[in-house]
Amino acid sequence: MITGKRKKLLNVNSLRVHYPVTGGIFFPKETGRVRAVDGISFDIAPGETFSLVGESGSGKSTVAKSIVGLLGNMYGDVEFDGTNISTCSSNELMNIRRQIGFVFQDPYGSLNPRMRVGDIIGEPLKVHKLYGEDEDFRKKINDLLNIVGLNPNFAERFPHEFSGGQRQRISIARAIATNPDLVILDEPVSALDVSIQAQVLNLLIDLQDKFNVAYLFISHDLSVVRHISDRVGVMYMGKIIELGKTDEIFFNPYHPYTKALLSAIPEPDPDVELKRERIILSGELPGYLNPPSGCHFHPRCPISTPDCSNLRPEIKNIHKSNHFVACIKVEGY
Amino acid sequence: MAKTTRTTKKEKDEILSEALDLDTDGFGKSAASSEVVLDLKDLQTHFTTRWGTVKAVDGVSYNVKRGETLGVVGESGSGKSVSALSIMRLVPSPPGEIVSGEVILNGRDLLKLSEKEMTSVRGGEISMILQDPMQALNPVFTIENQVGEAIKIHQGLRGKVLVDKVVDSLKKVRIPAPDTRAKDYPHQLSGGMRQRVVGAIGISSAPSVIIADEPTTSLDVTIQAAYLRLLRQIQQEEGVGIIFITHDFGIVAKMCDRVAVMYAGRIVELSDVRTIFNSPLHEYTKALIESVPKLEEKTGRLPQIEGQPPLLHNLPPGDAFAPRSPLEFTEEDASIRPELCEVEPGHWVQLCRSSVQNFDKYKHLIGNAA
Repeated sequence: MITGKRKKLLNVNSLRVHYPVTGGIFFPKETGRVRAVDGISFDIAPGETFSLVGESGSGKSTVAKSIVGLLGNMYGDVEFDGTNISTCSSNELMNIRRQIGFVFQDPYGSLNPRMRVGDIIGEPLKVHKLYGEDEDFRKKINDLLNIVGLNPNFAERFPHEFSGGQRQRISIARAIATNPDLVILDEPVSALDVSIQAQVLNLLIDLQDKFNVAYLFISHDLSVVRHISDRVGVMYMGKIIELGKTDEIFFNPYHPYTKALLSAIPEPDPDVELKRERIILSGELPGYLNPPSGCHFHPRCPISTPDCSNLRPEIKNIHKSNHFVACIKVEGY
Repeated sequence: MAKTTRTTKKEKDEILSEALDLDTDGFGKSAASSEVVLDLKDLQTHFTTRWGTVKAVDGVSYNVKRGETLGVVGESGSGKSVSALSIMRLVPSPPGEIVSGEVILNGRDLLKLSEKEMTSVRGGEISMILQDPMQALNPVFTIENQVGEAIKIHQGLRGKVLVDKVVDSLKKVRIPAPDTRAKDYPHQLSGGMRQRVVGAIGISSAPSVIIADEPTTSLDVTIQAAYLRLLRQIQQEEGVGIIFITHDFGIVAKMCDRVAVMYAGRIVELSDVRTIFNSPLHEYTKALIESVPKLEEKTGRLPQIEGQPPLLHNLPPGDAFAPRSPLEFTEEDASIRPELCEVEPGHWVQLCRSSVQNFDKYKHLIGNAA
């Protein structure tokens, strides 16, 4: 759907992740479905940063996990470098996982407390049989620690000896250990203090310049996303409702949800804060078991019409500008 | 030249005052008065650990006026939450101990009260809104039970009157259908609604001061916006002083009248919100504001603060920020323990050569401070 002649590293086409909800104790029967991800499509070019933003429960992390094949109940096509993840053999999947790094949100929960930092970073190298236990292996780990700005002596220490920012650097070193083409960053800076957050974001920007790695960046913090991304997709209830170049999304948003999301972020400047137009949404994210009919956003939407509760808008390229929106109220849709 | 700058400044003020008038959704207009309700004087809270004494709060003074929001910002470990817990006398002891200082609320020093008297102050004259509403509420009691508990203890109400008062409190925090919602359990409510219930408990006894410790960290941005607006509206209706602890400068810009910036257990700068953002003096404040990614500005590398926050059990004797400061100074400059001085009316800065540019301009103020 989102086309173009450009080279693609990752191509996601109408990806769906549905969880069945069962009732009955002895003979479980499917009584409903939670459509955590409901038909989303996007692609990532080599060396590009693509961001998914949305509130909690919008399905961002589910997308990330299903790309590396960590979830069942997955339908649709995910192609990485020409190989379809859902149909390929386990050998091929192993090969793909070598080319995709993953950084998780929680720097405390994602590092094994009983392993030394050197072993944590070296584990992907051993799993993929790239290095044996020898001098080269230790040299590689020292290099990796240097790249992420840590002292090579830290290889002998344990995770609890490090602060949140340093732990996230360890996670990043582990993610880039196998020279991946794509690194999935699931809220990598959400748990960090502002000054440390800036350090980690700068490290990510530097790594991209150095290794031409592509990022799938997942975050709920729009100001961080604006700093790091080339293109942005905005998710609401398992669907991408707007997708386009970063500047397009931030300065020329079409979808009312994107507008509300942007206006809800407090800007760190009291004068700007006073002058900003503010759209405050009523209500909260509706339940997934009984999603609203038509456009899922219509009960909270400030400009909804009766049509919105009947028609389910598909995401469309409007004005042929590679700016995609799913809203019937947008001019040109 | 001078004239043009003056007019542009005047224009800017006009735009601002216009914005204040237009501001109908409850932000912007400040309800602050000049009456001080809570006065913190040289508070010191230390923890004894096996690595030595940790000075989590090391001589902090600030006050809160009626109807005012004082923002307390800083990174984790800067002592912002411990100073709030010390006000409530909720610091676990041992290992914690309030070593010295005064906490004066409506003329009484809270640190001198007996434990029984303090119980009536907590949740009565001062209440607290915590970060995680799921942990703050008991999962096995109904909302009515939990909001009612605070009212029963502090106002001694029973029966029908109590239920009415509970519904009334829930109404104040704009919970839809409060009389049916009161019968619900916490898990039946969403995160934003739960945080409103915690707010209802907080305001139920008409406190003078509310301490809000990162109340919106666990909420989504759209829910956060609605919650902050509500908090500001309640403040205007009740005239309560709020101590707002946060690390988010966006929220500070939106909510606060004055801001105290904390680093390593001490206040490094304290001023009204506009001065903090437009003309900060301390290097830490400057760097902290610059390192926040902004929506309006582009992009690429962010200015970053080098180094790590200091370890509190091993603080340098003088200026704690000196190892991370970009300024030029000698070791001797950094070893002098800096003092918080009033450089302009209402603008307090911790003065030392290692963290303040143009230090010589303010040098004469040191020693004069009260």
